[in-house]
Amino acid sequence: MSTPAIKLDGLTKDYAVGFWRPRPYRALDQVSLEVASGEVLGYLGPNGAGKTTTLKLLMQLIYPTAGTAEILGRPAGDVGARRRLGYLPELPYFYDNLSAEELLVYFGGLFSLSAADARRRAATLLDRVGLGAARHQRLRRYSKGMLQRVGIAQALVNDPEVVFLDEPMSGLDPVGRRDTRELIRQLGAEGRTVFFSSHILSDAEALCDRVAIMAQGKLIATGRIADLAFEVLGWEVVVSGGSLDGMRALGFDEAAREVDGRLVIELTIDQPPERVLPELARQGAQVVALTPRHESLEDYFMRMVSQPGDAD
Amino acid sequence: MAIITRIAVHAFKESIRDKVLYTLVLFAVLLMGALYLIGQLTAGQDVKIIKDLGLAATQIVGLFIAVFIGIGLVSKEVERRSIYSLLSKPIRRHELILGKYAGLVLTLAVNVAVMAVALYLVLGYMSWIESEEFKATWVRPAADPAMWSALFLVFVQLALVTAIALFFSTFSSPSLSAVLTFGLYVVGHFNADLRNFESVVDSSVAVYLARALYYVLPNLAPFDVKAAVVHGEPVSLGYVAMTTWYGAAYVAALLLASVFIFSRRDFK
Repeated sequence: MSTPAIKLDGLTKDYAVGFWRPRPYRALDQVSLEVASGEVLGYLGPNGAGKTTTLKLLMQLIYPTAGTAEILGRPAGDVGARRRLGYLPELPYFYDNLSAEELLVYFGGLFSLSAADARRRAATLLDRVGLGAARHQRLRRYSKGMLQRVGIAQALVNDPEVVFLDEPMSGLDPVGRRDTRELIRQLGAEGRTVFFSSHILSDAEALCDRVAIMAQGKLIATGRIADLAFEVLGWEVVVSGGSLDGMRALGFDEAAREVDGRLVIELTIDQPPERVLPELARQGAQVVALTPRHESLEDYFMRMVSQPGDAD
Repeated sequence: MAIITRIAVHAFKESIRDKVLYTLVLFAVLLMGALYLIGQLTAGQDVKIIKDLGLAATQIVGLFIAVFIGIGLVSKEVERRSIYSLLSKPIRRHELILGKYAGLVLTLAVNVAVMAVALYLVLGYMSWIESEEFKATWVRPAADPAMWSALFLVFVQLALVTAIALFFSTFSSPSLSAVLTFGLYVVGHFNADLRNFESVVDSSVAVYLARALYYVLPNLAPFDVKAAVVHGEPVSLGYVAMTTWYGAAYVAALLLASVFIFSRRDFK
């Protein structure tokens, strides 16, 4: 098996809280996780779950109490690994007196890019995040959403293999969220490993190969969204032929609707397909698709978070 | 080394845009105007007063630059969280400290140089307008080249103060760092008194404590040669070299301590 892009092994972080009699507070508890090269992983959890702590340990902004973190087979903090990664911190902030272009040229220089190369790279990236027109403006005049976009651009300045994004959607308006979603999708399509934290579950649902769910400093579940233990709430049947009146005769009043010349019927958990499908066939309807309706990731998440002990 | 240079250039750019330049220009203009006027009020003593006040003003303005920007360079990065993205780049923490320090010393060098030029311009003008008989009463010429030693030692002292500010800012808040740095600056000027503590007290413990503090705390008085320069007393090259050597050694120790603390710090 090839080296995972990211590997956490028993990663633990305690902070001391209290001034006179400091007590340890466990922000991260024995987290072990591997992310394969080229995978897009959503690292999910509510505030205080330990997401940012994990990312800071991976960037070696803080040091672990126990356990290890590796990126591309090298220990976190290794300069060689840092050459190949990009990181967007939560609520990023940069230098007031620099323009977005100057910031990217400065950061590019730290990756040993020449000034000309760094400027070219800055122009491409600022266009990519929609800040091409504001590239010469000082960052002090930037809105929160614009700073978030600069933050994404600076995370990509070295064309990284692994990209870490801490709450990339926060502070963005709906258009910004859509653009960022699209950008993450592209980064994944380009074969980069993307590790992004979020509490916005619909974003993860649309973007991730796999998710890891954190609660109270512990990893409570990992897996492909399709494989996680989602509760089935019902099914959706798409049929061709048959009529809306015929469906109503079967008792599907509100649950049946016509979409593009086909009928879509929502079945509840009390209406198992094996019982309903023969009745539909008698109405002359042919089944085109049958898909289970899962609880949303949000509901799953809330269920897991409220009972972390039962999740294992 | 390339990384340290890039961080230094960035720190220089940041501080130059941090309104320091405006403060400096304002200072230079005020200096020229005010010193010339003061000189007019004091017959015979004018050149000495201008030199004395000019050197003192360079030192004080430089002190404010060293303390406030010196503290801001690291603690502002931490407070505003710009350090998060910076430290995720392929740099080591000691490179950040050394680069920031080099950038600020460069800022100070430019500032002291500009203030020195302003001072020499005023003195040159004095020399140009006065009669030869009057100039004969001066101990030293107005635009005295010997003033460089005082200006250079002011610069070395400011580089030392900057290292103190940087050191405090690696582990405490900006306002506490400012108080501690100013405190140490004041104590540093009276450091020599600690050495002669035994002539004031009897307790041997107090004497040893005072002696220990004398060696640990920076001794800033030797950097101040204003009085000698203004009164035309020679300041030897050997003295300047020894004092600079002391300053450099102290700076090196402070940077080492800063790197030690900063490299182990958690950025929560």
